Amino acid sequence: MTAATLARKRPPAFPASWTSRLAWSGLALYAVYASSLMELTWPRFLKGLENGAKFLDRMFPPNFEADKLELIRDGMLESLQIAVLATFFGVLLSLPMGLAAARNLAPPWLSWGARGLIAVLRSFHPVIVSILFVKAVGFGALAGILALIVSTVGFVSKLFAEVVEEMNPKQVEAVRATGAGFLNVLAMAVFPQVMARFVGLAVYQFDSNLRNSTMVGIVGGGGIGAPLFTAYQRFDYDVVLTILLVIIALILLCELVSGRIRRVFQ
Amino acid sequence: MTAAPASVRRWTRFTPAERVARSMLYVVAAAAVVWSLKAVEIIPEFLYDAPEQTADLFKRMWPFDWGFYPKGVHDVLIETFHIATLGTILAILLAVPLSFLAARNFTRNPLLNFVAQFVFVSSRSVNSLIWALLFVAIFGPGALAGVLSIAFRSIGFVGKLFGEALEEAQRGPIEALTAVGAPRITILGKGYWPQVEPAFWSVALLRWDINIRESAVLGLVGAGGIGVALDAALNNLYWDQVGLILAVIFAVVIATEIVTSAIRSRIL
Repeated sequence: MTAATLARKRPPAFPASWTSRLAWSGLALYAVYASSLMELTWPRFLKGLENGAKFLDRMFPPNFEADKLELIRDGMLESLQIAVLATFFGVLLSLPMGLAAARNLAPPWLSWGARGLIAVLRSFHPVIVSILFVKAVGFGALAGILALIVSTVGFVSKLFAEVVEEMNPKQVEAVRATGAGFLNVLAMAVFPQVMARFVGLAVYQFDSNLRNSTMVGIVGGGGIGAPLFTAYQRFDYDVVLTILLVIIALILLCELVSGRIRRVFQ
Repeated sequence: MTAAPASVRRWTRFTPAERVARSMLYVVAAAAVVWSLKAVEIIPEFLYDAPEQTADLFKRMWPFDWGFYPKGVHDVLIETFHIATLGTILAILLAVPLSFLAARNFTRNPLLNFVAQFVFVSSRSVNSLIWALLFVAIFGPGALAGVLSIAFRSIGFVGKLFGEALEEAQRGPIEALTAVGAPRITILGKGYWPQVEPAFWSVALLRWDINIRESAVLGLVGAGGIGVALDAALNNLYWDQVGLILAVIFAVVIATEIVTSAIRSRIL
């Protein structure tokens, strides 16, 4: 036996995986095919650049006139109120919902029912949900609040159920062994373990609700979305820019604050 | 009962400062809720007929206008799928190089780290509907604006999470490869990639799942997909078509969730 045959018999350190190569080339082929459907031609791209330049030109300088600022302030305050109320009521509802969906606390029929309901709540984008609520309760902040409550319950109770399922069962057993009832088990064994994570989820969801509460106005759900969309449709791009700047500033501020809050509660 | 001697240490869970911070937060939260409840404008007249309106909504939606599916929904549904998928692919292509710049163990240059982080934060703080407004103004209504808005919104998400995965990669294999003089491309391919591959796929699948949901609403502002059909049906008050479109979106979202969890359990 020569050295060459020995070398041939030794398997390579990184064997080629044909399934993954196939998957990658399939993905690449799909990307090429799908982009060909987008009708992105060179002239369209150039036209787009030109439009973009015009767009930016009309955006600057941002519009800081007093009447516009008043409109923006009212819209932003309403968005903030929508976010606060949706988070409060949504989180309140998520508490029993998450406990019901946790498979280690609730009987199977209840947890599967709760899980199914959560899946339904999560499946629609908040903007679509607010279309339905605008029809049900009319234009205005209430429709936005209700829509965001739906998405809050969908998100927070799903993750809260996971947190409850991951908790240490020994403390629950210990409290049960003393003959405590279900509510006492919850108060003495479950909540002390999961409350910090729950507050973290609630704070995170407030951030997310604030982002979405600036959008529900596009379909009539109240908040800054309506003035934003109106300004956009009227080609008042300088007002659009002002609104965007205010939204981004508020979101960044809230992210900073919520980061602090989560650290306090850890 | 005897009083505890003064020298016995009292154990408390939190320091006084922590307790003050916590109770302050509860007070602030309660104040915010009260203020919002008082200030928010709710028109009670609209509320009186809410049950009627809701019943009316469902009565108008059912039965769905099934005949509308082949002529008005199928094509835009496929377009929605393309927008979400292509947008996710584009976002990954743009975000992965940036996340290498953001990872402090790979790029040892605080300025480059900061630039990449800044791109991520700005991408995430603009909602995909707002990105869609911008791209519709630039490229006109259509699926292209949708793809770009999905991609630009996703860069921050993918980049942040993938960058964090890169930072958690173990030094061992990378140092070994560096020590044998492997070129940079091999260090990437054989040192980092096997370690971060699971994180990569889970981030990509998660974002694809989210993007399927988001691409369904982009059409409301003209960025293509099933939202365009939804917007038209809403404006014409064809609630039976609205119901059909919502049912289709629901089915697609559930199907996506099943597919992603199947892929996840196979490759992760």
